[in-house]
Amino acid sequence: MGRFALQRFMYMVITLWVIITLTFFLMHTMPGSPLQHEDKLPPELKEEILKEYGLDKPLPVQYVTFLGKLAQADLGSSFKYDGRSVTDLIMQGFPASLQLGIQATIIGVIFGIILGCVSALRRGTWVDNVANVFSILGYSVPNFVLATLLSYYVGVKLQWLPPAKWDGPEYSILPTLSLAVLVMATIARYIRTEMLEVLGQDYMKTAKAKGLSARTAIIKHALRNALIPAVTVLGPLIIGLITGSLVVEQIFAIPGMGWMFVDSIQVNDYTVIMGITIFYSALIIVGMFLVDVLYGIIDPRIRIGGVQE
Amino acid sequence: MSSMNSSTQNLTPEMFQPIERDTLAQEGVSSKKITFWGDVWRRFLKNKGALIGALLLLVIGILAIVGPEIHSYSYRSVNYDLINKEAFGDHWFGTDGAGRDVWTRTWYGAGISLLIAFLATAFDLFIGVPYGCISGYYGGKVDNWMQRIIEVLYGIPNLIVIILLLLWMKPGIIAIALALGITGWITMARVVRGQMLKLKSQEYVLAARTLGASTRRMLTKHMLPNVLGPVIITIMFSIPTAIFFEAFLAFIGLGIRPPEASLGVLINDGYKVLQLFPYQLFFPALVLSLIMFSFNLVGDGLRDALDPKLRQ
Repeated sequence: MGRFALQRFMYMVITLWVIITLTFFLMHTMPGSPLQHEDKLPPELKEEILKEYGLDKPLPVQYVTFLGKLAQADLGSSFKYDGRSVTDLIMQGFPASLQLGIQATIIGVIFGIILGCVSALRRGTWVDNVANVFSILGYSVPNFVLATLLSYYVGVKLQWLPPAKWDGPEYSILPTLSLAVLVMATIARYIRTEMLEVLGQDYMKTAKAKGLSARTAIIKHALRNALIPAVTVLGPLIIGLITGSLVVEQIFAIPGMGWMFVDSIQVNDYTVIMGITIFYSALIIVGMFLVDVLYGIIDPRIRIGGVQE
Repeated sequence: MSSMNSSTQNLTPEMFQPIERDTLAQEGVSSKKITFWGDVWRRFLKNKGALIGALLLLVIGILAIVGPEIHSYSYRSVNYDLINKEAFGDHWFGTDGAGRDVWTRTWYGAGISLLIAFLATAFDLFIGVPYGCISGYYGGKVDNWMQRIIEVLYGIPNLIVIILLLLWMKPGIIAIALALGITGWITMARVVRGQMLKLKSQEYVLAARTLGASTRRMLTKHMLPNVLGPVIITIMFSIPTAIFFEAFLAFIGLGIRPPEASLGVLINDGYKVLQLFPYQLFFPALVLSLIMFSFNLVGDGLRDALDPKLRQ
C-alpha cells in the first residue's frame, strides 16, 4: 500500500508541475497583454507598471521567480483589482463555490442512488425506462441551458425563488439544482449497472435462500457491494462540478471562483487566470490522488495491479 | 407388438433404397450463420431507445445540411427592418437582434457544432488509436514509458488545457477542434491499449504469429478489427462531449466569432436577450440538447449491443 500511494504521489507532483509550467508559458506567449485596453497610458508609465509586476525580465527569470513565490502560496496580485493579491481573491470566492459543490454532491448522490437502485430492481419495466430516460436527459441537457431555464422560469416568471444573487440559503437552491442534476444522472447510471451485476451474483441467491428479507438483502448485500466501485466516479464528478460552476455562477451572478475565472478570462487578467488555473488543477489532481488511494484501500486488486502493471 | 408385426409385413426390401452417405453435408450447419456484427445489428435494432436516437440523429443531420437552404435568408445576412421578430411567422424560429433568421442560423450552427465534434473525434482517432496500439502491442519498456506519459497527461484537467489553448490561439473551428482533440485522445489511447493487452494473449493471435504474419498484418488484419467495438463506443461518447465543450466555451466567451454561428454561440446570444425574447435561446438550446440526447441514446444502445457481458 505504501509503495502504491508513493507512486501515485509522485505522479501527482509531476502532473502539477507540468500544468504549472504549461500555464505559465502559455500565459506569457499569449496574444494581448494586460495593458492592451489602456491605450491612453504614456509609454513610460506602461514600462513602469510592467517593471513593478516584474514583466520586463526575461521569461526564464520570471518563471523561476514565479515558482519560488508559488512555493510560498504567493500567486502575485491582480491586474484588474488594483493591489488585491490573487490568493486573497481565491479565498474570497472559494467558500461560495465550495458550498454549492457540497450541496450539489449531497443532493445528487442521494437521489442518484435511489434512482439507480429503483431502476435496477425494476429492470425492464416502465419504472426502469422512465428512470433511464430521466438520467440520460440529466447529462444530455447542458448545465448552462438548465441553469438558464431554471433562473428564467422559476426565478423570473413564477417568482418562487430568487433568480440570481447570493444573499442567503434560498439563493443557493436553484444553482444547487442546476449542478446536482448531472451528479444525480452520473451516479444513477453507475449504480444501476453495478446493481444489476451484483443482483446476478450467487451470494444474492444465498441471502434469499437463508431467509433474509428482500430489504435487508438489497441494502446490506447488494447496495454495499454496488457502492464500492462508485468511488471511481468521484474523480470525474469533481471535474464536472467545477466545469459546471463556471457557467452556473455566471448565470446566477454568484461571486464564487468560477465567476471570477470567467471574468478574468474576458479581461486578460493573467495573474488571476494563472492562479485559479493552478488552484483548480491542484484541487482536481489532489482529488484524483485521494480517490486512487481510497480505491486502493477498498479494493486490493487495484493496488497490486497498479504496482506490477 | 402384434400391431408392429402387421405393419412390417407389408414392407418389402424393394421399397427401400440406400442413399449415398455424405459426411460433409452431415457436418454442415443447417441454421443461418450469424456473424458478430450481424448479432450486434440485431441487438441494436431491438433497443427502442437507441433506434429513436439514431432516427433523431438522422433527422437532425439532414436538417443541418438542408435546413439553412430552405429559406432564401442567409445565416449572416443582416436586416435591420426585421429585428427580434417572434417565432412561427415568416421566420419559423423568428429573427435575432440583427434581423438574421434564427431557423437558418440554428441549423447552420448545428452543422458547425457537428463539424467541430467530428474533427475533434478524428484527432482522437489519429493520435489515440496508433498510440494505444503501439503501447499495447509492443509492451515492455515501450509500453512502460508511453504509459508514464499518459499517466501524467491524464491527470491534467481537460477543461483547463482547453481554456488555456483557446486563450492562446484565436478561437475558430480548427482551433476549437484541435484543443478538444489534444485533450481527448488520451481516453481513446487507454481504451485501445487495454483491448490490445487483452487480445495479445488470445490463441488466434498466437496462431497468426506462428504462421509468420508480419507485425503490420497482425495489427491491421487480426487485432484492429477486434478493437473496433470499444473504439466505436468511445467515439459515440466523445462526440457529445465535444459538442458540449464547444457550446460551453462559447458560453464563457471563448467560442467562434459572429457572424459565424455554432449552437454554443447562438445560445450565448440568446441568453443575453432571454428576458425579452426567450425563443432566441430556446430553439438552439433544444437542438443542442436533442443532439446530445440522441448521441447518448445511440451510444448506450451500441454499448449494450457490443458488450458480451451484458447479454442476457
